[in-house]
Amino acid sequence: MIVFENVTKKFGSSTTALDDISVEIKQGEFVFLVGSSGAGKSTLLRILTKEVSPSSGKVLVNHKDIIKIKTSEVPHLRRNVGMVFQDFKLLDDLTVFENVALTLEVLGKTSEEITKEVERTLKLVEIWDRRNLFPRQLSGGEAQRTAIARAIVGKPEVLLADEPTGDLDPQTAWGVIQLLNEINSWGTTVLMATHNAEIVNTLKRRVIVLKKGKITKDTKEGKYDI
Amino acid sequence: MLNTYIKFTKRNIRRTPFQALAASMIMFFTFFALLIFLILAAGSQAVLRYYESKPQVISFFKDGTTAQDVTAIQNALSQDARVMSVKFISKEEALEIYRERNKNDPTLLELVTANILPASLEVSTTDPDELAPIAEILKREPVVSEVIVPEDVVATLNSATTVIRVVGGATVVFLIIFATLVIVLITGFKIRTRRNEIEIMRLVGASPSFIRTPFILEGISYGLFGAFLSWVFVYALLWYFTPLLNNYMGEVKLLPVSPIFMVALLGSSVIIAIIIGGLGSLGAVRRYLRI
Repeated sequence: MIVFENVTKKFGSSTTALDDISVEIKQGEFVFLVGSSGAGKSTLLRILTKEVSPSSGKVLVNHKDIIKIKTSEVPHLRRNVGMVFQDFKLLDDLTVFENVALTLEVLGKTSEEITKEVERTLKLVEIWDRRNLFPRQLSGGEAQRTAIARAIVGKPEVLLADEPTGDLDPQTAWGVIQLLNEINSWGTTVLMATHNAEIVNTLKRRVIVLKKGKITKDTKEGKYDI
Repeated sequence: MLNTYIKFTKRNIRRTPFQALAASMIMFFTFFALLIFLILAAGSQAVLRYYESKPQVISFFKDGTTAQDVTAIQNALSQDARVMSVKFISKEEALEIYRERNKNDPTLLELVTANILPASLEVSTTDPDELAPIAEILKREPVVSEVIVPEDVVATLNSATTVIRVVGGATVVFLIIFATLVIVLITGFKIRTRRNEIEIMRLVGASPSFIRTPFILEGISYGLFGAFLSWVFVYALLWYFTPLLNNYMGEVKLLPVSPIFMVALLGSSVIIAIIIGGLGSLGAVRRYLRI
């Protein structure tokens, strides 16, 4: 599904964000990326959306080397890779419904398809009753659920979550994690960068530990141990 | 997909109504000036053509000129190959013409009788260049008091038309450049303020053209709005001032303006609007929207 082969990413001549990383993530896996700030977690995720390109190495998504794909193919890659952020990145002047619909509008879906799919997804993440509210009217948990809905409404095969619980209280964070877990149970590969030890330890999923751009541990049912 | 682009364009306009208003107003003034210039240019050209198409010398006879004198001159001119037609206007006919032209002003009609109007001879030539030689022949006739050659009118109109073309054209070119730059600036500003949204659109898989197109359509819609509104405004002004202008223009009948001409003006404005709005926003997209 996702393969990193000897991937190195340098920013300038002095900063090495990823240092000769090699890792394989199979379809349907739930993987935690842990490590201290600056360890390279976000860089690894951003390589998968081709926001940044590695300095060397190979990155395969569904057997396709995404480093070599043309610029015109990048949107297609991103439609297959949903992304959730710590700060939600919702558009303030769009309602919950419109924020989620944006993904499908980009895909060129008809308004009937959009209405149907957005309704299905918002019900799935349990914020259908908040569909006409604007982001500023939502709680943190609701905002993150909206962001998750936006990421999964296009039915991507991979969901990347960059510290999605970072700004949430423990109870709300758990709600979000349960939602990600449920999405994973439908077959979506979930790759989540986090600092939340309790979540990692409780879920007992695969844990990849990054330290100064290198993978120091890769445990199948791992714990938060950086 | 076009529906989606239009939806996004409308959304963009709604979000920044004051910028949209500013852009539309600039476009309105640009097209207002453009239309006025085009109408003036076309009008002056039509007046010029009117006089050019009537190569005519008018010679006025002294009082007491006999019919034999007039016939002799008429016959002599009819023999000349350069002359197309010769028409005698008697004092009575001159009075009729005067009455017709001043039928709305009874004061002027009361004061004038056939006696104070001179009889005249209208001589048309096959070529406008022959007007001056024919006028010279007529001036030599002892019974002729005055000869009017429209050459001078044509020359004056010609220089007026040139001035309108040069000054109007320069103003319009300046306004078009100014309007295009305004569209560049407003679109550029919008791109900067919506950086976050553009980033999100990219991350959910929007293609560069999907992100760019609404900005370009937005620029075009400002142009179209300004062009259409100014066209309506100019048409209304022309319609309102038609009676006044008709009186002023005298025998040159240019008004009311042909609807075909106005539709052609609208068509030209629409094309120019698309070019200004499209180029301005495309310039901004290329300059500020790096995807």
